[in-house]
Amino acid sequence: MLHLARKAFYPTSPPFPLLHVDTGWKFKAMYAHRNRMAAESGMKLIVHTNPEGGAAGVGPFTHGSGYYTDVMKTQALKQALDQHGFDVVLGGARRDEEKSRAKERIFSFRAGGHRWDPKVQRPELWTLYNTHIHPGESIRVFPLSNWTELDIWQYIHAERIPVVPLYLAEDRPVVKRGGQWLMVDDERFPFAPGEQVETRRVRFRTLGCWPLTAAIESEADTLEAVIAETFNARSSERQGRLIDTDAPGSMEKKKQEGYF
Amino acid sequence: MVAPGPRALQDILESQQAKDALRFITCGSVDDGKSTLIGRLLFESKAIFDDQLQSLARDSRQYGTQGECLDLALLVDGLQAEREQGITIDVAYRFFSTDRRRFIVADTPGHEQYTRNMATGASTADLAVVLIDARKGVLVQTRRHSRIVAMMGIRHVVLAINKMDMVGFNEGVYNAIVADYRGFANDLGFSSIHAIPLSGLTGDNVLNPSAQTPWYSGPPLMAYLDTVVVQQDQSRALFRMPVQWVNRPHLDFRGVCGRIAAGVIRPGDIVRVLPSGVQSRVKTVLAGFTEVTQARSGDAVTLTLEDEVDVGRGDVLVAMQAPPEVADQFEARLLWMTDHPLSAGRQYLMKMGYREVTASVTEIKYREDVNTGAHLAAKTLDMNDIATVNLATSAPLVFEPYSVNRTLGGFILMDKLTLNTVGAGMIAFALRRASNIHWQALEINQLARAQQKHQTPRCIWFTGLSGSGKSTIANLLEKRLLIEGKHTYLLDGDNVRHGLNRDLGFTEADRIENIRRVAEVAKLMVDAGLIVLVSFISPFRSERRMARGLFAEGEFLEVFVDTPLAECERRDQKGLYAKARRGDLKNFTGIDSPYERPEAPEIHLNAGFDSPEVCVDSVLKRLI
Repeated sequence: MLHLARKAFYPTSPPFPLLHVDTGWKFKAMYAHRNRMAAESGMKLIVHTNPEGGAAGVGPFTHGSGYYTDVMKTQALKQALDQHGFDVVLGGARRDEEKSRAKERIFSFRAGGHRWDPKVQRPELWTLYNTHIHPGESIRVFPLSNWTELDIWQYIHAERIPVVPLYLAEDRPVVKRGGQWLMVDDERFPFAPGEQVETRRVRFRTLGCWPLTAAIESEADTLEAVIAETFNARSSERQGRLIDTDAPGSMEKKKQEGYF
Repeated sequence: MVAPGPRALQDILESQQAKDALRFITCGSVDDGKSTLIGRLLFESKAIFDDQLQSLARDSRQYGTQGECLDLALLVDGLQAEREQGITIDVAYRFFSTDRRRFIVADTPGHEQYTRNMATGASTADLAVVLIDARKGVLVQTRRHSRIVAMMGIRHVVLAINKMDMVGFNEGVYNAIVADYRGFANDLGFSSIHAIPLSGLTGDNVLNPSAQTPWYSGPPLMAYLDTVVVQQDQSRALFRMPVQWVNRPHLDFRGVCGRIAAGVIRPGDIVRVLPSGVQSRVKTVLAGFTEVTQARSGDAVTLTLEDEVDVGRGDVLVAMQAPPEVADQFEARLLWMTDHPLSAGRQYLMKMGYREVTASVTEIKYREDVNTGAHLAAKTLDMNDIATVNLATSAPLVFEPYSVNRTLGGFILMDKLTLNTVGAGMIAFALRRASNIHWQALEINQLARAQQKHQTPRCIWFTGLSGSGKSTIANLLEKRLLIEGKHTYLLDGDNVRHGLNRDLGFTEADRIENIRRVAEVAKLMVDAGLIVLVSFISPFRSERRMARGLFAEGEFLEVFVDTPLAECERRDQKGLYAKARRGDLKNFTGIDSPYERPEAPEIHLNAGFDSPEVCVDSVLKRLI
């Protein structure tokens, strides 16, 4: 999405800053990539962490994924938007990712308090987007709504867009938990009795907080191989997202509360 | 995704690039099985991943309506409220592909109260699958959705007679419904209606031909969708690009950004900016970071031009030949989408292309009967009504009929208070051209015409009571001007009512319209370089102000022919005062309708005292 935005405004830099809602639990490689892209694009990077959550040491292992996601992601995002007064936020979410996202508008209206009410979405005809809002309301814009996972990889391949190396297979330290491969990205990983670090050739189809994002075993260590693997995939991209399946309608609930 | 097995990357990339895309919707009445059919399509085209199938099995046990079987509708009914109620509330977009095509399908809700969401899905579709429950036949919602489908410009319909398993795959039932639908849809203007007997639940005629329908020789749904031709290619049309943004990072670069709505553009092409009409030549065409030798309909580009022409968001760049019209009054079709009724005269925000203006419906011509299409009289429009209306906008819009170009003819209306999107409309044609459009005659302007005539064009507006001497003075003035070699024209209140304004009476609304027309005509004549004399009672300040507003500073001279009422009544050349006093003539200025004296006329003539010759002298003095 950053690549598209830069193309759209070229030769000007996109006239908006980049915002990272940092939980403190992202993969190290993601932080490195974030800094590299911000520097390359010349755009301002705003990093926000929920100060109360940070002070209280809220983490996915100690506080459970539900509470952690709410405090460090949803609440933190809302804090950042309020603090900077952003009334439009662009995000890379796609309709093919998850069933409640399949229902969302490209210009997705948020009432006061950043709430999404899926039952009263504004009609959205053609490409005529209604950008009018009252003070306190906001809009989440999803320009990639109609792209599929395969589209994304083909585009990355065609345009040679740099990606976080974690998307490519490599030997990495992982632990098997609940049938999923979790990567040990730093020393905060709390080993349960009997859990052993193994080295496996793995990659990620989706990236989030490392304790909540599972890897898949894969030999796809080039973009081309990733495309071939995606083309033949038998499971969905968000299978590795542990929070999606907390309960039925999980994503929708989080979105209603203001999650991206 | 149909994936027979691992394939070489080159194969995959090539096959993906060769695929074209088809966007379609499923629509029809509640419980006709739209979501189940899409679920079946996704399931059978293997677009459902293993983990999604697992959660489907779990959800089917919790919310399903199919007993122990998988409830495929739950694949698309993604909202919790939908799953709990077993209905579709909002449109869901799903993606799947075959070896030949990539599909984006919008599953739209059947409930009448969610028609706006159905329209949302239809606005971007190339084809509609209209579902009909074989047990129920064509219903009101089937007709409503078909009308909206047609209105949105979708030309291809697949008539899916669903739940054939429930009627024993009976050919007679199928034929009767198809005949009924074709009879109804005859005048909707579809280019093709292809009927298929199928069952989303059992999968008959969805992916594979069914053994249950030996009497049906056509392709199953998937095969049909895979091969149907729905060309909507706008690249052979003339170039049109609504301007989204002007990109100027520094003094040496000025790029006009937008998405090409029709045609092709290459460096060197001459383009015109509308509504201003100025022209320039394309210097470079940028697609993203790279300069390209051509771009076509659908491409997002940044164009640099040879000249520093005035261009901004909301303008439209067009090819030189056959430019689109510019107008501020239209006939349009409108779908009303909110429970607060539309009433004529109320102002809304209107967005078309990247232009936003204020608009109001000046007249609801008729509402369409959903079932028959009959034209019904209407004062207001309720939610889900489809109507044909006259629309007036606060500023001229560059447009093409929706049937010619969706981007330049489709618009939305937004409520000024709630800011919600409340109406979707399509322009049919302009009711009249906007008066301030100069694109046909940029080279020859008012100045050129005035210089040819060696004069300063003016509008001299005589106002005063009936019998005050306006026409006498104006006539004498025109003679004097003619002698001096000036080019003039006299617009007289009485004379104009014999022709141009023959259709107007003496009600307040008609008197306002009377003045408006004359002022507009005077303006055209002043633009043509003439000295125009207008002799009109024009009793109301607001209308005189309106007339003045049409002209440039100094171009409009208000002449107050100030003769006392008693003197006018004494003269009474036409016998009108006597009639009015008797009560035989209503709304007569000075008697039972007010005359609002000008507060600051350019020229004040004491015409009750001075002779017409003296009056003309004082006007002439002011003209030189």
